[in-house]
Amino acid sequence: MTDTPTQTVESIITVTPGALLRRRLFGHYGLLFGLAILVLVAAAALFAPLLTDQSPYAQDLSARMKPPFWMAGSDPSHLLGTDQLGRDYLARLLYGARISLLIGTVTALISGVIGTALGVAAGYFGGKVDLAATFLINVRLALPVVLVSLAIVALFGGSLQIVILVLGFLLWDRFAIVMRSSVMQIRGLEYVNAAKAIGCSKTRIVLSEIMPNVINNLIVVMTLEMAHAILLEAALSFLGLGVQPPTPSWGLMISEGKEMMLFQPWLITIPGIALFLLVLAINLLGDGLRDVTAPEAKG
Amino acid sequence: MSETILNVQGLTVDIPLAAGTLQAVRGIDFELKRGETLCIVGESGSGKSLTSLAVIGLLGKRLKVGASKLEFEGRDLRSLTRKQMQALRGDRMAMIFQEPMTSLNPAYTIGDQLAEALQLHRKVSKAEAMARAADLLGKVGITAAESRLQQYPHQLSGGLRQRVMIAMALMCEPDLIIADEPTTALDVTIQAQILRLLADLKREMNLALILVTHDLGVVARIADKVAVMYAGEIVESGTAKEIFDAPSHPYTRGLLDCIPVPGKTRPGEPLGSIPGIVPSLIGDVSGCAFRSRCVLARETCSGRIPKRSASGEHTYRCIQETLVSEVA
Amino acid sequence: MLAFALKRLGLAILVTFTVSVISFSLLHLSGDPATSLAGENATAADIAAISRQYGFDRPLTVQYTDWLWKALHGDFGESYYFKLPVADLIADRLSITMTLGICAISFALLTAVPLGVAAAVRPNSVVDRTALFLSVAGQAMPSFWFGLVMIVIFSIKLRLLPASGSETWRHFIMPTVVLGYYAMPAIMRLTRAGMLEVLNADYIRTARAKGAGAGRVLFKHALRNAIVPVVSLSAVQMGFMLGGSVVVEAIFSLHGAGYLAWESIGRHDLPTVQALILIFSCFYILFTLLSDLANAWLDPRIRVG
Repeated sequence: MTDTPTQTVESIITVTPGALLRRRLFGHYGLLFGLAILVLVAAAALFAPLLTDQSPYAQDLSARMKPPFWMAGSDPSHLLGTDQLGRDYLARLLYGARISLLIGTVTALISGVIGTALGVAAGYFGGKVDLAATFLINVRLALPVVLVSLAIVALFGGSLQIVILVLGFLLWDRFAIVMRSSVMQIRGLEYVNAAKAIGCSKTRIVLSEIMPNVINNLIVVMTLEMAHAILLEAALSFLGLGVQPPTPSWGLMISEGKEMMLFQPWLITIPGIALFLLVLAINLLGDGLRDVTAPEAKG
Repeated sequence: MSETILNVQGLTVDIPLAAGTLQAVRGIDFELKRGETLCIVGESGSGKSLTSLAVIGLLGKRLKVGASKLEFEGRDLRSLTRKQMQALRGDRMAMIFQEPMTSLNPAYTIGDQLAEALQLHRKVSKAEAMARAADLLGKVGITAAESRLQQYPHQLSGGLRQRVMIAMALMCEPDLIIADEPTTALDVTIQAQILRLLADLKREMNLALILVTHDLGVVARIADKVAVMYAGEIVESGTAKEIFDAPSHPYTRGLLDCIPVPGKTRPGEPLGSIPGIVPSLIGDVSGCAFRSRCVLARETCSGRIPKRSASGEHTYRCIQETLVSEVA
Repeated sequence: MLAFALKRLGLAILVTFTVSVISFSLLHLSGDPATSLAGENATAADIAAISRQYGFDRPLTVQYTDWLWKALHGDFGESYYFKLPVADLIADRLSITMTLGICAISFALLTAVPLGVAAAVRPNSVVDRTALFLSVAGQAMPSFWFGLVMIVIFSIKLRLLPASGSETWRHFIMPTVVLGYYAMPAIMRLTRAGMLEVLNADYIRTARAKGAGAGRVLFKHALRNAIVPVVSLSAVQMGFMLGGSVVVEAIFSLHGAGYLAWESIGRHDLPTVQALILIFSCFYILFTLLSDLANAWLDPRIRVG
């Protein structure tokens, strides 16, 4: 006896997975917008020496606080003007992109490795391992990130490496939480049991059966933490306990421009908007990726 | 003759989709009197649930409902405002859904949810509403009703929850109850109990009952009248006896062939099945929707299909007259 | 419920203990506190004397036990800079931070929940898109920069609000908005997602079938179920916000606990920093504990197990 074949409203609406993916991708201006800005910023960072012949460090006390090109009295050799020490603002902005991107990627990589290892172990082995990992996550979440990183940077001295290390060792919580629950969901599925049944080793199961299926989530968290790290570095540098002068960090630029913001507001608006756009782009990319790869997680 | 509770003529439900308009329900007529049970039978996607939701006014705004007549107790439902329809819902007409496990709000006690059904329509105190709730829980066969009132849905089994849903539908003593697959999600033994309960309550309270189901066994047990739906149309309707004794539409006969009959069907003998799938209802649909699956199909089936009268109330839509010899 | 509460409390205590160990060792392993305390021109003898005086010459475990024992009795030692008991110092400043935290979370909830509900009721509408825009922008906005921009607009250009200090309620408006905006996107997204899910639930259809009106369906039947995760998220956000108040307090010169932490870190005032980290951690732990309990209480499936 065959089942009575049916065709529901749902099955009529459903289109092929490929078309759905494309529709979601191109229906997603956010994703494309994010990707475009990120590529632009990355290019600016990478080709900074080609885009400007100015040095981000060279001071010129005779040309201090020149306004950017859209204002009266601007200097064509300093498109975005100069800061209070006469350094070219465009050069500082371009070289500053390097700092932000470097902090973002390296921090996300370090915390990604820590968090993923912890989360996958917790999710795959469960039991006591899970208990221990959950406890660690709880402890980590209880530590106030800004305060702890400020304190450590203050004690060890502010440098790019220290900031990256501190943030890398602090921002793994979301990786661990997301990886733990994704692996838990997948662990019980048929094909993982099938792999166990044919005698695959645990390492093999984790690497070749589980990881490929949670990699989407990993990439999404990666983007979110990149954005998080960039914002935190800027905040630390703004508070004077992050990257130290004269490094052209965007947070530091805002901090230095703060004193002059009454008369030269562009000193804080330019790096502020750059920071906002970069973080926005990374977040949009992450959101877009999540929607494209996992429509049910939308919202 | 007792009074007519519901009179539906030419009911349509359109679902606008990107690919075109899906004509999910295409011109349905039926009439229901007090004390009658109408079973709407069909496979999933035949439009039977949409029909019942259209009557009670619970379809989403996206879906377009049309009808040449939609009368409930002599009132034209099409002319009612949202507020008036709301006042009718739960009071004069009530609905019981398929999923008892998820149809009760997990955040409130059974008592709260039952009392709300009464308090929305009557000026009664909470205590009075609770007393009626306890009374009705007893009536639908729930023991220790008083203590059940304090419980939350998750503490009750599926069968109990469906009894609660039935009690909720009865709170305002409605004239019409629409039950959409009320037993599908339940165990077989519970199914029989719930059906008997519905039949008893209908008789006792003298109300009209619409039962939407895909299960002909249910129909045989409870129905006075039957409407067989296929692809958004009623292909055959009549009294239960007429339909079971002399099924006239090829689809109805196909459905009946799928059920084993004790004493008639021999062990090992293959049961009937209907090959093929329901056609797409997007865009214009002409002719008989069943023709692609019908063993008796001929060229004229793509033309206009007449509504034929077999006997009494018994009608069916088919290009050919059914010979009684074919049925037997 | 009681068993759940006790278990949760036990975990909270264990986490608190671990946090205290970590923060203590982090700050003590990072260098010799006596050296930084003695100043740049100190001789070796000076450093040794200071080390003896503050007990830095003892083993770290002894120092820790001593510190913890005193901390449990409300004694966090004496500030190196102010030469005052750290406990008094913090108690003085905490009210400002708490006021700010409560205002900020209220602001976040009062904007995020209605927006989230409205967005869920009409997906893809103008309201939904505005809410989405606000939340996306909020997540990308560096809060210190947002604060500065607000100062430029509302204090300098429009002269409407004071830029710094904590004397009147008007001093708290901008810090509240800046800190609250930080928590708003997450709460809004969760409210929206929760409402979207709940509005499709079968029991919502049941409520409508009973004849309940739109408002009643939305608020009594839907929001009551969608709000449960929002409650726990807000508690967690409140914990994060107190920890993150450092930045906002620094911008608006609100002399609260966060500002004290910032100053003390710059001054290498170890006892104060240590106490503040522990206290902010405790707040977070307390809020998550309360949120879990509130969650269990709000969800009958946990409460009446």
